[in-house]
Amino acid sequence: MLSPFRLDLLGKYLCYAIVAVGISLAWGRGGMLTLGQGVFFGLGGYAMGMHLKLQDGELPDFMSWSGVEELPLLWKPFANPVFALAMVIVLPVLVATLLGLLVFRQRVRGAYFAVLSQALAAAFVILLIGQQGLTGGTNGLTNFQYFFGLDLYEDADRRILYLVTALILGASYLSVRQLVRSRYGQLLVAIRDGEDRVRFLGYDPALVKTVAFAVSAGLAGIAGALFVPLVGLLSPANLGIVASLELLVGVAIGGRYSLAGAVAGALLFNYAKTIFSEQWPDGWLYVQGALFVAVMVWAPRGLAGLSHQFRDALSSRRKVEVQA
Amino acid sequence: MGTLNQLVIGASIGAVLLLAALGLTFTFGQMGVINMAHGEFIMAGAYTAYVLQPLAGDQAVIVALPVAFAVGGVLGLILERLIIRRFYGRPLDTLLLTFGISLILQQAARDIFGAPNVQVDAPGWLTGGVDLAGVRIAYNRLFILVLAIGCVVAISLYLSKLRQGRRMRAVMQNRQLAAVSGVATGRVDQATFFIGSGLAGVAGVALTLIGPVGPTLGTAYIVDAFLVVVAGGLGQLKGAVIAAFVLGVLNSFVEFWTANGASFAKVVVFAVIIAFLQFRPQGMFVLKSRALT
Repeated sequence: MLSPFRLDLLGKYLCYAIVAVGISLAWGRGGMLTLGQGVFFGLGGYAMGMHLKLQDGELPDFMSWSGVEELPLLWKPFANPVFALAMVIVLPVLVATLLGLLVFRQRVRGAYFAVLSQALAAAFVILLIGQQGLTGGTNGLTNFQYFFGLDLYEDADRRILYLVTALILGASYLSVRQLVRSRYGQLLVAIRDGEDRVRFLGYDPALVKTVAFAVSAGLAGIAGALFVPLVGLLSPANLGIVASLELLVGVAIGGRYSLAGAVAGALLFNYAKTIFSEQWPDGWLYVQGALFVAVMVWAPRGLAGLSHQFRDALSSRRKVEVQA
Repeated sequence: MGTLNQLVIGASIGAVLLLAALGLTFTFGQMGVINMAHGEFIMAGAYTAYVLQPLAGDQAVIVALPVAFAVGGVLGLILERLIIRRFYGRPLDTLLLTFGISLILQQAARDIFGAPNVQVDAPGWLTGGVDLAGVRIAYNRLFILVLAIGCVVAISLYLSKLRQGRRMRAVMQNRQLAAVSGVATGRVDQATFFIGSGLAGVAGVALTLIGPVGPTLGTAYIVDAFLVVVAGGLGQLKGAVIAAFVLGVLNSFVEFWTANGASFAKVVVFAVIIAFLQFRPQGMFVLKSRALT
């Protein structure tokens, strides 16, 4: 049995792994390099966090600190658990669908899309920090006591929460795997590799890509909602440009084209991050930077793709690289 | 009066954006490299001015301009030669790769210069300002504006008058055709990366005039600089100039109009760019080509 402290960390990694499943779908299968997953993670997380803050029926603590006396209108519906749970998925999916349709319809893609998604993350974080009285500003939302009847300070109750998180990770892995193997999944890969050809065959690539992007956003939202009770806080620092990129690194290391690789990579990366930050805090950025470079230079398919790369090298066939 | 004042502030934001984006638009436009480390080259330029301060006294900023250009350029050249060269045709991978580099450079700056911000003193003749139609324009802001205009003029002369620059345009417009016409595209790529990164160094020196210097200086500007490139069109000098100033002015006006302005400005700018891309998906100016887009 893991100590409660390690179990806490494991729960956090599981959340990141759920995000990784979504990224693997959007980036690995769909070729959409999304640098703004933190936005969707945050939307889901804040929807859940707002509900948890309202459970005791009092005004959230940070509001009285910043001089807000009455519950803002935006917060009121989140007192309803069904509404809050729905918003965990609806908000990120809605934002992703809107952005996806607007952007993909105009055939904005590749690097342009990556830059735009990153700008979205930057704007989102600045907005959260600026609206101190509404969002808790830089500190974000903290101090949660209960999660749907579970006491978050009880080890036994926390274990149930991990179990739920692990189950949701399993369920999202299986459903995305099913999605990838379906006709839709094949279409998505076809669009990644030759968008114009697929368009000439009569499909609408914008729609197909938007669906994948929205699914990945929904998964990030769910992960964010689980992150809040597991970790006990959610602040803009968990959602910004750097945080969004860190969500991606695990997937890159594990292997973007492999769903299992993405999950394993996210778990491994975040575990390594914890270990290194404990032992050698100043050095972690060097290690992380070097990891990026090493993976991109020597193993663009990630760890899961190493055998593939090895096979290619053996048969010495000319590699036909997938153009991202 | 209020409007004019916001215009001036907007123009000075725009000048900073333009300096940060100038180099990017060429490395992104010609080579398809999304250089996230560009922000750290800006940071390196700013620290160059800081290092030169004990030697050059309060004229450090002026002395630093050419030195920072060389520092940024050499850093960029090393990066291009060692790593980016292997990545042509994989733009999205260069993004992650150079992000790794930028993390390393940030931590290196922290280890060398320390985590707290440092200050570079502006030359004496840049303190104060001039009153124009009731609006006070600080000399340091004016200096940045002049510097940005100077850089734009220098680049456009380079692109139109010099053989080197014409080769660069040729590679940007059609790499294969340039190659079969005898242009050594690899050489041109190196020159582009040197100049683009050097401009980042110059931008860094300019930033020391309006704020403190820290290891994360570059990250604050890199996203906005990329938006300028996207809105202006790849490799388009004209587009970058217009986009930078429009975004700068937009920023200053939104901050002025809304009560809690600063936090909404970025969201509005983002929405405007998405809306703009509905009409011009490839930015303001586009290289005409028959290739499928």
